[in-house]
Amino acid sequence: MESKTNCVEVVRKQKQTGKWILISVVLLWFFALIIFPLIGIVRETFKNAISVITSSLSSTASTHAFWLTILITFVAIVINTIFGTIMAIVFAKQNFKGKLFLESLIDLPFAVSPIVAGFMFVILFGPGGWIGSWFYSMNIKIIYALPGMIIATLFVTLPFVAKEIIPVLREFGIEQDEAALILGASQWQIFWKVTLPSIRWGLAYGVTLTIARSIGEFGAVLVVSGSIINKTQTATLRIHDQFTDLNYAGAFSAALILALISFIILNLIQYAQKRKERI
Amino acid sequence: MNKGLKRFVKGDLTVRGIALFYIGLLIILPVIAITTEAFKGGIPNLWKQITLPQALFSLKFTFIIALIMLVINIITGTATAWVLVRYDFPLKKTINALIDIPFAIPTVVTGMMLIVLCGPRSLIGDFFGKHGIEIIYNKPGIILALIFVTFPFVVRSVQPVLIEMERDMEEAAQTLGASKFKIFFHIVLPTIFPSMLTGAALSFSRALGEFGSIVIVAGNIPMKTQVASVYIYGEIESANIQSGLGTAVVLLLSSFIVLIFLNFIQRWSNKYGK
Repeated sequence: MESKTNCVEVVRKQKQTGKWILISVVLLWFFALIIFPLIGIVRETFKNAISVITSSLSSTASTHAFWLTILITFVAIVINTIFGTIMAIVFAKQNFKGKLFLESLIDLPFAVSPIVAGFMFVILFGPGGWIGSWFYSMNIKIIYALPGMIIATLFVTLPFVAKEIIPVLREFGIEQDEAALILGASQWQIFWKVTLPSIRWGLAYGVTLTIARSIGEFGAVLVVSGSIINKTQTATLRIHDQFTDLNYAGAFSAALILALISFIILNLIQYAQKRKERI
Repeated sequence: MNKGLKRFVKGDLTVRGIALFYIGLLIILPVIAITTEAFKGGIPNLWKQITLPQALFSLKFTFIIALIMLVINIITGTATAWVLVRYDFPLKKTINALIDIPFAIPTVVTGMMLIVLCGPRSLIGDFFGKHGIEIIYNKPGIILALIFVTFPFVVRSVQPVLIEMERDMEEAAQTLGASKFKIFFHIVLPTIFPSMLTGAALSFSRALGEFGSIVIVAGNIPMKTQVASVYIYGEIESANIQSGLGTAVVLLLSSFIVLIFLNFIQRWSNKYGK
C-alpha cells in the first residue's frame, strides 16, 4: 500500500515542469485573447473627454437606440420564456412521431448565420412573402419595422430557455405529476406547484442567456430593420453606425456600456448556473 | 382512470399544438420560404448564382478561414480545459468565469476591441505592420475574430467530461511506466474525443455564419477578405436577392449538416462513452 502511494508521488512530481509550462501558455493565450481587448476598449473610450462621452451617450439617437434594445429584449424574454417552457414540457414529457427531429430542429438558430436568419424573415414577412403580403394588405409593416426586429430576436434566442429546461424536466421525471393528478390537481396547479419550482433555476439560466443574446444581436436585426436612426436602430446597430461614420467617441463609449452590461449578465449567468447545479 | 390522468398519459394536445405552432412559425416556415424562393428560378439558375466568382470566393474563403480557426481552437480549447480541470493556480476561478465572455459580449463590440488591440494605430498592429503583416482588414484579423467568438465552445464541451473522468486508469498507466504522451493519446484522448468533436462542430457552424465581428474587422474587400455572410448582406442591401439566396442556401445547408453531425456524435457517445 505504502509503495503504491510513493510511486504515484514520484510520478506526480515528474509532471510539475510540464504542468507549469502548460499553465503559462494557456494563461498567456487567455490574456491576449480576452483580457487585453477588454482593457483596450476601456482605454480607447477614456481617451476622449468625459463631456464628449456623456454628450454622445445622451444624444437622442443613442438614447432611442438603447431604449429600443431594452424594449426588444423585454418582449423576447416574455415570449420566449412562455414558449420555451411550453416546448420544453412537450419535448420532455410527451411522446409523438417526429419528436426527435423537431427537438434537434430547435438548435437551428444556434447553427444558422444571423444574416441568413434575417434573410429568411425578409423573404417570409416582406411585402411579397407568404405571411408578409397578408399583413401588408392590412397596412401592417413587419420588415424594416419593430415587429420584424422582435421576430428576428425571438428566432436567435429561441433555443436558450427550452434547451436549459428540457434536461431538468427529464431528470425530474413524471412521478410527482402523476401523484398530483391522482390527488385531483388541475393542469395549472401541477404547473405552478410541481413543474415550476423544479425548473426555476434552469429557467433563470436560460433567461439570462436570452438577455445577453438579445442585447448583443446584430446581424439578424440589421437585415430586418434597415437600421433607420431614431426608428429601427438598436444599440448594437447604433454602435456600428457610429463606427463606420468614424465617430469613435460615440461608438466606443456605447460599446463600453454594452460590454459592462454583458459583464453583469455574465455574473448573473454564473450565479444561475451554480444555483441550478445545486438542485 | 380519471379524465385528467387520461389526458396526461396521452399528452396534452393543446400544449403540443402551441409548441409545434411556434417551431413551425419561427423555424420551419422561414426555412421552407427561403428554400422555395431560392429554387424558384430552377436548379441551373441557383447553381449559376452560387458559382458567381464573388459568391464562390466568399464561400471558399469562409470555409478555409473556419477550418484554420477550428484547428487552433481544438488545440487551445482542449489545453485550456485540461489546465482548468487538472491544475491549481492563482486566479483559476476568475479565469474559469471569464471563459464565457465571448458569449456575453456583442459581436460588434468584439470587432471594435480587436481593432483597438491590433489595428494599424495600436502597438501590436504597428509592430506587425513594420514587418509587412497586416492583421486588421486582412486574414489574420478575421481568424482572430473567429477564434475569439468561438473560444468557449471547445472549452465548455471538454471541461465537464474531464471533471467526470476517473483517474485510476491514468495512474495505473503511469505506475506501469507509460510516458505522458502515451497516456494522453491512449487514455485521455479517446475519452474526451466526442466532446472535442461536439465543441468543434459548434464552433465551426458559428464561424461559418459569423457576421458582426467580421464585418468590422475584415475590410470586406470582394475576392480578398469578404466572407459569405458579408457577401449575402451586401447582396440584400443592393437588392440582388437572387444572388444572395444562392450563398444563403449553401450556408443553411451547412448548418443542417452540422446539426445532423452533432446528433450523430451524441448518439455515438451515448452508446460507447458510458
